[in-house]
Amino acid sequence: MNRDYSLIGEESRRAVERGLSQAQWYRTEVPRKRMKELMGRRNGPAIRDTLLWFGLLVLFGGLGVYLWFSVWSLLAFAVYGVLYGSASDARWHECGHGTAFRTRWMNVVVYYLACFMIMRDPTVWRWSHARHHTDTIIVGRDPEIVAKRPPALWHIAADFLGLFAVPQAFKHMFIHAAGRLLPEEATFVPDTERPRTYWTARVWLLIYAAVVAACVVSGSILPAMVIGLPRMYGAWHHIVTGLTQHSGLADDVTDHRLNSRTVYMNPLSRFVYWNMNYHVEHHMFPMVPFHSLPALHAEIKDDLPVPAPSIVSAFAEFMPVLLRQRKDSQHFIDRRLPDPVSSVSVSS
Amino acid sequence: MPTWIVACGVDDVDSEDVIPFEHEGCQYAIYRSPDDGYYATDGSCTHENALLADGLVLDNIIECPKHNGRFDYRTGEGKGAPIRVNLRTYRTKVEHGAVSIDIG
Repeated sequence: MNRDYSLIGEESRRAVERGLSQAQWYRTEVPRKRMKELMGRRNGPAIRDTLLWFGLLVLFGGLGVYLWFSVWSLLAFAVYGVLYGSASDARWHECGHGTAFRTRWMNVVVYYLACFMIMRDPTVWRWSHARHHTDTIIVGRDPEIVAKRPPALWHIAADFLGLFAVPQAFKHMFIHAAGRLLPEEATFVPDTERPRTYWTARVWLLIYAAVVAACVVSGSILPAMVIGLPRMYGAWHHIVTGLTQHSGLADDVTDHRLNSRTVYMNPLSRFVYWNMNYHVEHHMFPMVPFHSLPALHAEIKDDLPVPAPSIVSAFAEFMPVLLRQRKDSQHFIDRRLPDPVSSVSVSS
Repeated sequence: MPTWIVACGVDDVDSEDVIPFEHEGCQYAIYRSPDDGYYATDGSCTHENALLADGLVLDNIIECPKHNGRFDYRTGEGKGAPIRVNLRTYRTKVEHGAVSIDIG
């Protein structure tokens, strides 16, 4: 039987009744002194990475414009697209947690910029992501479950080019600009925060209208290649990395070791993804900044499942499971945990 | 009517840090500021059930370990989303090397 993933359905009510919402989650013991070191904030790593990010955006975006229209410009835009349409996903995420920079306003500035690039309303997604961390992969509670059971594989595949997410983002922008939220958004965005969403949508739509006008006036798609379209042609990397986070793993459990996946990745992907490949660690201790996640991993890895050694091996693990879930929605990857196991499993 | 109870020794909490304190089933958080002032608040975040003593103290701010909710632990004032309700604070005093809080 297919499950109801909506936040306003029967499964949502059942999850609350079963104590799955706002539950106590398993956490590996880390001495307070060490955890304080790991949570420590620094500006240096994020400033370095952000300057590099901006520099690469200007370089490859500039090359794409300068060499337009040629094979070389398309190659330059291919890189620019990943920096725009995928790296923004990780920057939105980390700055939303407030952990990237020590200085508050730097988190805010990069957060708002990255939200624009990835086309996610800064207010709605702040609250959505808070819920994702409270009720990670709890059916009916978590608004950010990508691979549901059965998985909509065509939908996931389309989003490698943003073919579903971008039209949906514009639909939501129009709804927000009209002064309304979606019913599901209304379950987690407080009343006092909503006007910010409405005004953000209006400003963003004006910017996109200006981009479309520039395309019409210039008779070229080039302005949209710089602003807007890279959210589509550069989205593939954040879908690849995002799929590794939870796909095929358990739902309705209160132990991130059972529903999240850590993957060892190449340095380029880790730069684009800002170390979120240490995903079990991030969910267990969301206040640890991206630059300390490798150290956190070293600290607690003996209490975690063995990480996937590469992106390819992670896909090799979960893709057969997703394919089987199309016909058998009860099937999932039942993680083996190191002893002693102190998790609480309440499902399946 | 003040009700003072001893929560910890002055050296039990590091500078710019927080420790938990439980009394009669109630959770409190005891803070030591960078200038060695002692403060006390309720132990749990007002947003969702998370112990603030697991969070991070930065200057005069405590950040919740779960969702980065931020409070000024001297006044209990919430510092923006996802915090919508301020944190209850308690008076403190230091006597004979011990930190006491007024739960009255």
